[in-house]
Amino acid sequence: MSVPAFIPQNRYRPRRDYFRSLCWIAAVMIILLLGFIIDEIFTRALPAIHHYGWHFLTSSEWRPNRDLYGVLPMLFGTAVSSFLALLLALPLGLAVALFLSENFLPRPMRQLMRMIVEMLAATPSVVYGLWGIFTLVPLVQHYGGIVAHHWGWIPFLHGPAYGNSLFTASLVLALMVLPTITAISRAALVAIPDTFREGAYALGATRWETIIRVLLPYAAPGIVAASILAFGRAMGETMAVAMLIGNSQRLTLSLFSPSNTLSALLANQFSEAEGLQINALMYAALILIMLTLGTNIIGELVLRRTQKALGGGHCL
Amino acid sequence: MRPNSNTAVHFFLNHEKKTSLFRLWSNQFLTVLCVLFSLFTLVPLFSLLYLLIKKGLPLLHFSVFTKLPPPPGLHGGGFGNAIVGTITMVGIATLLSAPLGILGAIYISEYAPHSSLTATVRFIAKLLTGIPSIICGAFAFALVVLHTGEFSALAGGVALSILMLPTILLTSEQALIGVPSSYRDASYGLGATPFQTIWCIVLPEALPAMMMGMMLAVARAAGETAPVLFTALFSQQWASSIMEPTASLSVLIYNFSALPYHYQVQMAWTASLVLVAMVTGINILAQLLFRRKFQ
Repeated sequence: MSVPAFIPQNRYRPRRDYFRSLCWIAAVMIILLLGFIIDEIFTRALPAIHHYGWHFLTSSEWRPNRDLYGVLPMLFGTAVSSFLALLLALPLGLAVALFLSENFLPRPMRQLMRMIVEMLAATPSVVYGLWGIFTLVPLVQHYGGIVAHHWGWIPFLHGPAYGNSLFTASLVLALMVLPTITAISRAALVAIPDTFREGAYALGATRWETIIRVLLPYAAPGIVAASILAFGRAMGETMAVAMLIGNSQRLTLSLFSPSNTLSALLANQFSEAEGLQINALMYAALILIMLTLGTNIIGELVLRRTQKALGGGHCL
Repeated sequence: MRPNSNTAVHFFLNHEKKTSLFRLWSNQFLTVLCVLFSLFTLVPLFSLLYLLIKKGLPLLHFSVFTKLPPPPGLHGGGFGNAIVGTITMVGIATLLSAPLGILGAIYISEYAPHSSLTATVRFIAKLLTGIPSIICGAFAFALVVLHTGEFSALAGGVALSILMLPTILLTSEQALIGVPSSYRDASYGLGATPFQTIWCIVLPEALPAMMMGMMLAVARAAGETAPVLFTALFSQQWASSIMEPTASLSVLIYNFSALPYHYQVQMAWTASLVLVAMVTGINILAQLLFRRKFQ
């Protein structure tokens, strides 16, 4: 039997493995990259941080021509649109996840449904924006007007209703975070051993009693992680929001009025910014990166605990 | 309260006394609700596909792939330079991120699978996937545009590479994990060095799955707008070097969608159709070419 050609026929001499060092450098560079990104943005933001300090977060004036910068309206817009998106997407995403993990339908139909959700995830953000301009904006303008007319006394629902509004942005965001919620929740549901289902059925539970009393509590940490990660994604989502939210620099408390988010602010102003405005935008970027990193760290930690509790499964 | 009265078992035992009709109906009701919710999520997707075809198809001729974008208000033209620009920038991004991602993946899965460095790399990579794409743009703006003083395809490529890196790393790691450990054992048993084992045995076996991961990353990067919006900007002309403002399909869609001219908006739809076809095409191609070998 011949020895494969690549193996040296002479005696094995331990040598320094340069390839290992190369790989090690690559691995360390990936770790340093995150720090480098934050550092680079922080350095550029420094003049604005010195100049405005914490006042940047509490001021609601954004006037580049007078060098007045404050991101309170954008913080509000980011928080409300992401929260609303999560509120809308969670029931739908959970329903699809249940649909995909339980045996409501034969397997081929479930495969099809899964493909469709993956297509939702793969569609570029800017295409969602274009779609939103043509479908969501007229819808929100029409029905938002009706809602504001009849229920305008409820906080956050007062008119006049615009098509490009906080609510429109939340709708498209909900659509965009739905695949995240579905994928992670489905992984949590699939990881539950079938014996749990069989045990519940054997005790006489109906399908939905099993789902509500047994499966959902067991998968709850995974669903919570899915929600947190989806929230982080919604906060950072840019293009579709920039195209639909109306980009108003004023703080308004109605869902049907134009608003702004941190990411949309960056998208709109960076290419024409000069001088202190660049520093102010970098400051806003720094706030955004801190918010999303914080959210994602919490989400990842919850997910990690979930996987450990399920015996180190293969979520996702 | 009896002990353990909140457990599932007691619930079912207590529930036995209620009318079975209620249980049956609530079961049916929830099933219908779940199906309705699921079907409801299909509505936006079908609406999107319908509009893409209805509004995008009329302007789709061969010439849109070869001509330059029309100035605002004028008719005719295409988005040839935007397609070339997108391909250029994704190419630069792949060249920058693929070596780093693959070497990193080899380190964490082959050389030190259980070290604390590996755990850190994995965690950081997960966090990098969650970084908003607009932040990648801000980073490339600070790193490249502010230094060179020029919007460029290179800056766009750098921004996209940050976006692609974690995807390539994590999928390559999965691909390497998918190679049975008996292959490695046999190779070491024959006296191969770690480098020979990785280079001649593990990598060829993991290559199809790695390629699939890379194509998925490419597909995602091709559709991204935010990272290239203020790094590569846009251009009405053919790009002659990677150090000048460059058009891309996604930025063209964004710019044209905001114009008040019907023709330009039509062109945005056509560009969207081409972009979605490109992204979906790469995704499907990746699955077709590499999925079977992967499993």
